[in-house]
Amino acid sequence: MLYSAAGGNTSPWASRHLIRFAIGVALMLTIAFVGIQHCFKVSYFAYALCFILLIIVELVGSGTGATRWLDIGIMRLQPSELMKVALILALARLLHNASIESSNRIHVLGPAILMILAPSALVLRQPDLGTAMLIVIGGIVLLFLGGVALRKFGIAAAVACVVAPIAWFMLHDYQRSRILTFLQPDKDPLGAGYHIIQSFIAMGSGGLFGKGWLKGTQSQLSFLPEKHTDFVFTMLGEELGLAGCVFVLVLFAVTIFRLYRIGLLAEARFTRLVALGVATTLFLYVFINVAMVMGLMPVVGVPLPFISFGGTAMLTLQVGLGVALAGAIDLKNPLQNMR
Amino acid sequence: MTSTLDERQRFTRRSLILGGVKGILFLGLGARMYQLQIANSDRYAALAENNRVRVKFLAPKRGLILDRFGRPLALNRPTYQVSIIPEAVSNLEDELERLSQLVFIEPEQRARILRQAKRSAKFLPIVTHENLNWDQIAQISARIPELPGVDLVETSQRVYPEAEVAAHAIGYVGPASKKDLAGDRVNNLPNLQVGKAGMERSFDRQLRGEVAASKVEVNAVGRVIRELEHDPGAGGDTLISTIDSQLQNFAQNRLGEDNGAITVIDVQTGDVLALASSPTFDPNVFTQGLKEEVWQALLNNPSAPLNNRAIAGQYPPGSTFKMLVAMAALEARVVTPKNAFFCSGVHELGAGRFHCWQRGGHGWVALHDAIAESCDVYFYEIARKVGIEKISEMARRFGLGEPTGIDSLSEKAGLIPTKAWKARNLKASWHIGETLIAGIGQGFVLATPLQLAVMTARLVNGGISVTPRILRKKDEEELPLSAAKIDVSPENLRAIMRAMRAVTSSATGTARMSQISVKAYRMGGKTGTSQVRRITAQERRLGGIKNDDLPLEQRDHSLFVGYAPLSNPKYACSVVLEHGGSGSLGAAPVARDVLLEAQMRKSANWNNGAPNTDAAGAANTLRREG
Repeated sequence: MLYSAAGGNTSPWASRHLIRFAIGVALMLTIAFVGIQHCFKVSYFAYALCFILLIIVELVGSGTGATRWLDIGIMRLQPSELMKVALILALARLLHNASIESSNRIHVLGPAILMILAPSALVLRQPDLGTAMLIVIGGIVLLFLGGVALRKFGIAAAVACVVAPIAWFMLHDYQRSRILTFLQPDKDPLGAGYHIIQSFIAMGSGGLFGKGWLKGTQSQLSFLPEKHTDFVFTMLGEELGLAGCVFVLVLFAVTIFRLYRIGLLAEARFTRLVALGVATTLFLYVFINVAMVMGLMPVVGVPLPFISFGGTAMLTLQVGLGVALAGAIDLKNPLQNMR
Repeated sequence: MTSTLDERQRFTRRSLILGGVKGILFLGLGARMYQLQIANSDRYAALAENNRVRVKFLAPKRGLILDRFGRPLALNRPTYQVSIIPEAVSNLEDELERLSQLVFIEPEQRARILRQAKRSAKFLPIVTHENLNWDQIAQISARIPELPGVDLVETSQRVYPEAEVAAHAIGYVGPASKKDLAGDRVNNLPNLQVGKAGMERSFDRQLRGEVAASKVEVNAVGRVIRELEHDPGAGGDTLISTIDSQLQNFAQNRLGEDNGAITVIDVQTGDVLALASSPTFDPNVFTQGLKEEVWQALLNNPSAPLNNRAIAGQYPPGSTFKMLVAMAALEARVVTPKNAFFCSGVHELGAGRFHCWQRGGHGWVALHDAIAESCDVYFYEIARKVGIEKISEMARRFGLGEPTGIDSLSEKAGLIPTKAWKARNLKASWHIGETLIAGIGQGFVLATPLQLAVMTARLVNGGISVTPRILRKKDEEELPLSAAKIDVSPENLRAIMRAMRAVTSSATGTARMSQISVKAYRMGGKTGTSQVRRITAQERRLGGIKNDDLPLEQRDHSLFVGYAPLSNPKYACSVVLEHGGSGSLGAAPVARDVLLEAQMRKSANWNNGAPNTDAAGAANTLRREG
């Protein structure tokens, strides 16, 4: 797809993407064979590292209009993406030893909520609404799986309702306009709504089997914005049609299903939580991206994992999958007596 | 352990709920995809196509207009523009400076180019020079390789080689207005020229041709990626006019500075050989960027040079109308050619006195002498006998009172009055005196010079109701057209022709001074002098005022209708000179010269009688070139 996005060229995107993918796979396999205990051990450390990176980004980061990236030579790192997996690991470890009763107690729930809100506040300051939301939702899902009482979620929702209007005024203009665009894309076809309308046209004109590889007129003639990153799924829809879209979604669904299998079969609570946490993160990426390019959600800048250009999201999921694989290799290890 | 199990059950339950939610959400995505990609696919496909495809129209080459011998009357001349593509230039200002050293660019022009370059897309060419001369073309084309992004572009400009000579007949083109193009897809063409007058306007459709269309694929910023389809269109048809440009030239020059019109037509085919109107104008000023002051001068000139007097000038035909009055009387059998009337110089009708131009009168006159000497009293008598209705019916049969059909857009109908016409338009009843006045072609009667030429042709071609035309049909033989015959007696036609011959040939004929000296080319005809003002009784007592003593705009119009040669006539001609004095002194000598020229030209041009092949050959050559 990135080959097509560059008009049938491996540069500038496809070749680099492949290299990163290869590096990521190597990392994933390494993590898988290092073993689940080690993952468990480094989880807090990983979280702390990511948190520090987020603070560094806040201080020196670079990026277009928003400070999201850290340039570390071979690639530009987006610590907020890594934080998603780090948070899952850290929360999983926190909840690993908590019983149902204790997970509802303040000595567990308090640090948990803090662990979620602190990084997401930093990410929101970058400002990156999409990622911040993903972090929060990921964290909430983990708490939900960890057995926190539903009543507590009700309270959180009530608080959110109160905070939301206040947050609206704290949002940046472009974030507000994105939400407004989502609500009324036809209102301003050459302005903010232009991208999403062009995206509809591209998807829709693809039909059942698409216009053919490299033959998407919307994509190839640059009517489609950001076709190599956030809108790569649109290009897929235009060139390969509904068939291509369904195929890709089924691949993701299978991956998520495999993670569920690991999560349901694993002995250790940590493994279970990590597997489902990674599954949820993957799902959120895919769902939000696809929903966004099809106009079901505001354009929040969430990439399509493994397909969009941009290394960190892929790396994040590869790390997550690596940990899940490590858990799968050692399904029966209950990780008892580990704190 | 129970708590672990409990915890585990809760985990499983909750993960299944979560999984279920995810599944539902994924199905939602699938539904949305179905909606976009299957249900509404056609609509989006059309929108995508609309996005990427632009249709560009290219002006077709306008057809040429040639005279009957293939000589050019309207041509396309290539003109050269220089354009520059900002994108291909590293520094536009430097490039303009270098270009300016070859062909100077005014500082204001340079500023305009730079402004335009900032505003428009970088890949769109900007015109820097127009209407280059050959020196400049040579200068630039030699240096083109050193000037990236600079291009010499050929465009087309309409040129009228005959300039003032055939301006009215050929007309001219100008930029299309909204009205010109209503409902036409060439609406989108920039700088399209359409016919504004004359043949250019009457036959605009044929001349214009088919617009070429180029369907191109463009990207989001409008750059052309490739051409998808090309409809080459078609150049306009080359039209062959019936005009003989050399005769036209002669006629126009013969008019000179005088206001008036000369029309020459072929009596058999109706071909208009010359259609001159004066004053005239140079149609080239319209195609070379019409300046406002030139346009205003043309519009405000009291002599109305843009007006084609030959088809849109309506004049009282005066005595040239008398043949039709005579024909009406003869056909109605109210007189015979032998019946004579006494002309004392005045005809009295109740209290009214109707004068003859000859103050002393003509004495006893019958048809032949009445026409030859143009006796007014004779025509008062017969007009009164036959009545206005019969006269106007005959006039219509000979082509007056309605447009000839040569140019539906600017031709005037003239006026042949009837009682009903007067009742309708003036809300008044007809007076017998008005019949008398109509009998000498005055009063309400109006005719265009072309109508008078057509009338003459029908009188001398044996009564064939030939219609004039200015466009020759393709591959047409030089044969009489199958036109209906006017139902009049051949004897009467012959009687009138004999009288018209006497006008120029008899010792008492009004145009005896203007007969052609070469015997084979001799002409017949009829003079006409139409009053512009009413002559008062006091003036008559004083012996009348000489035309030369009157201010120009009060002098009589001078008319002559003629034909030649005398046997088997070939040409009919009408001459109208506004305020030119009497027909015998003003128009008759002009008609003589024009008819002589036409006949001499015939022997020069029409020998071996195949002008068609010549014309077609010349047309082909020109078509290949342009």
